[in-house]
Amino acid sequence: MNKLVQLPPTLKNNPLLKRWVSFEQDGVVTLRSGKVELGQGILTAIAQMGAEELGVSISQVKVAPLTTPISPSEASTTGSRSIQEGGEAMRFACAEIRDIFAAAAAKRLGVPKESVQTKNGVFSCSHNSGRPPLSLSYWQLSAGVSLDVEVSGAVSPKHHSQYSLVGSSARRLDLRGKITGSKDGQAVFLHDIELPGMLHGRMVRPPSFHARLISVDTAVALGLSGVLEVVHENSFLGVIAEREETAIKAAQLLASTCTWREQECLPDEGALANYLFDQASEDEVLSGAGLEYENPKSIQPKSAKTFELTSLYTRPYLSHASIGPSCGIACWTDESLEVWSHSQSIYALRDEIAKILELPKNFVVAHHADGSGCYGHNGADDVTFDAAVLAGCVRGKPVRVQWMRDEEFNWSPMGPAMALKISAVVSSSGQIERWDQEIWGNRHISRPGRSPEPGLLGAWLRDESLQPPPPVDMPIAMGGGSQRNAVPYYEFPNKNVLNHATLPTPIRSSALRALGAYLNIFSIESFMDELANKAQIDPVTFRINHLQDPRAIEVIKSVVKKAGWEPGRALAENEGIGIAFARYKNIGNYAAVIAHVEVVESVRVKHVYASVDCGCVINPDGVINQCEGGIIQVLSWCLKERLRFDRTRITTKSWDDYPIFKFSDVPLIDIELINRPECESLGVGEGVTGPTAAAVANAVYNALKVRVRDLPMDAENIIKSINAQES
Amino acid sequence: MNQCDYTVRVEENTPLLYILRNDLKLKGTKFGCGLGQCGACNVLIDGRAVNSCSTPVWDCPGKAIQTIEGLPAAGELLSALQIAFEEEQAIQCGYCVSGILISAQGLLSVNPNPSDEEIFAALDANLCRCGTHVRFLRAIKKVTSQRVKST
Repeated sequence: MNKLVQLPPTLKNNPLLKRWVSFEQDGVVTLRSGKVELGQGILTAIAQMGAEELGVSISQVKVAPLTTPISPSEASTTGSRSIQEGGEAMRFACAEIRDIFAAAAAKRLGVPKESVQTKNGVFSCSHNSGRPPLSLSYWQLSAGVSLDVEVSGAVSPKHHSQYSLVGSSARRLDLRGKITGSKDGQAVFLHDIELPGMLHGRMVRPPSFHARLISVDTAVALGLSGVLEVVHENSFLGVIAEREETAIKAAQLLASTCTWREQECLPDEGALANYLFDQASEDEVLSGAGLEYENPKSIQPKSAKTFELTSLYTRPYLSHASIGPSCGIACWTDESLEVWSHSQSIYALRDEIAKILELPKNFVVAHHADGSGCYGHNGADDVTFDAAVLAGCVRGKPVRVQWMRDEEFNWSPMGPAMALKISAVVSSSGQIERWDQEIWGNRHISRPGRSPEPGLLGAWLRDESLQPPPPVDMPIAMGGGSQRNAVPYYEFPNKNVLNHATLPTPIRSSALRALGAYLNIFSIESFMDELANKAQIDPVTFRINHLQDPRAIEVIKSVVKKAGWEPGRALAENEGIGIAFARYKNIGNYAAVIAHVEVVESVRVKHVYASVDCGCVINPDGVINQCEGGIIQVLSWCLKERLRFDRTRITTKSWDDYPIFKFSDVPLIDIELINRPECESLGVGEGVTGPTAAAVANAVYNALKVRVRDLPMDAENIIKSINAQES
Repeated sequence: MNQCDYTVRVEENTPLLYILRNDLKLKGTKFGCGLGQCGACNVLIDGRAVNSCSTPVWDCPGKAIQTIEGLPAAGELLSALQIAFEEEQAIQCGYCVSGILISAQGLLSVNPNPSDEEIFAALDANLCRCGTHVRFLRAIKKVTSQRVKST
């Protein structure tokens, strides 16, 4: 009996092998993952990991869309964990399936299992008699092999030295459909799905989050030809029509007849840090003893040459700002409520819909289809529930609900505002002796299923006695939320970090790419630069002097080499360069970034260099694509983006109110991958976010000698920083 | 439309986008904002890239409309631009890609060898949230450099 392997958790939770792989179609291996495609290329990478173990070519693989009755349940597709969870589970499942088929092949061929080779889905055994090799394919064997068995854990996946497909830049499986508009005549995106008899729904939203509907006149909308239903329950208001443009027109007409009662309950957009400081909070010591002092001024420098410094950093509310507003489809019959969603947590969404509508879980069947890139918790879950409620009024007919642009900007959750204060003491030798840090802001996760209370927008609008449950964080050991990367990865003797998770949630907030890590790393890495400058030590050397992990040091040295960084390098007037580093979640991938900027009227990023170590690289081009995309998105966040609101309403309604990066803003980008086939593969979707923003801030300082600590680093905040520095 | 004639019976102010997607079942053209601000719904009308979300259908009869589905020439699987997008793996989520391909095609058909500034001018009205810009630019330049080589 072989020694049992340690199985990945999501495979242990879904032990039946038939849930992962099937061979129904001749020549095709169907893989089923519990992770979903968000544009990050994950299904291609997971397919590579599975195909590698099965001994099939990537062209023989199809990845079936996630569907709750069949697919393995692997919780949510979040936190850059899909390779580590979904990929590993697929790897171990496929290794075992290959072993089962190899045993069947060996038996039929009359040879020992160890002598069987697998290539392109064919098991073969060469022998010395001069006859052609004996061979049998998965599809020839599949009738006699049952995968209706549980994973045993007796089979080890391949050693990395045997990899051929893992480590190659296999072409994205979803590429062709997305550049031609359809895949074999089928819908590519959820938005494109067309079901027989499908109707179109649109919602009418309150003008502000806590507004209540006082009155509405449904007659005009119902009078429009092609309008079938107006659905009105308290402040939940929607319309169903035969044609999409009729539904839009009816929703506009309906909105024009509504009277709402609004409340002034939003904070002052211009003073968010002060607002956060004043809020009640749940406090958690994340490192050291928390903060033992009352006032940072009480830190006593040990000698004349030591110094202390205190800085405050902030980020505004950010929108996920998907290009395609969220869309959902639902259909009720006597047997089921079927929904189609681009949610990142299909099983949790199914459970949440069942909970709110008081249905048995298995009555709700949820299917995933690709959506527009979400980068976190956008409106995907909410719109699916909207569709389910509307479809309940026209049983037997599918209803497609498409959110409009202003709905996505106003009603999908935001990445929350944060403030972060750091004080440090640096010794005469240039070593940090003490680091005291405090963080203020909401927790970051309000995905459905994280609280006992209903977690979908439509539920709160339908029943006004319900309040949205407060956001939660994961434990820091699992990556946290507001606390993500709050504790510096650097080594110093006194590292005190205290999190104030503020309780009131004035603006609905939830997970946005990297969660709290964006501001936590921006602040820590900006502050490291401030300390290095004050200590008159090259910021690269200063960082390396505080690191022990050789992989961290190597990733920094790699980007330094890539960018040709030299201490005190002379640049053109108004230009600057800056560096930053982080290990994502302190347990994930390593990323070091150098930005080269020019500052005239605004910050123009000319070139970004990044080195990334994510262990064993599954698909190099996929990793580079994620890093390039992460860098550009964060440049957009840190230079341009802030949600706008007055004391009552969110005033960001269109792209005019929320500018993002354009083609002409985009810098040159060079990514260096440090591949470590012997190491665990680490997800890579979010690792460059924090370091990129900090590298830009450090480059801006290098160019202007002005420290911008409030995001975004737009003209308004740069001028504020110049004025603050001069006073 | 993509070299074919269609007759539809709809209210004349209906945006072209909904006719394409729901009547003609050409789902490659995407709804993004409905305000003409993001380019996801771009189609070529008489060779020029326009927002189909803000083009009423009454403005379309008699004009040549091309969508992403009509980019490949007859008998071809993919257009030169689509081949370059595939080779450069120029997608992340892919939602904006249809509009980007259309804007790039509109540019290249009148200006086969555009400068960077001309490419930016043609594409700045197309928003991409995933940050795939560098790949799109690489793919577009691949087509222009191939053309330069072949002439």
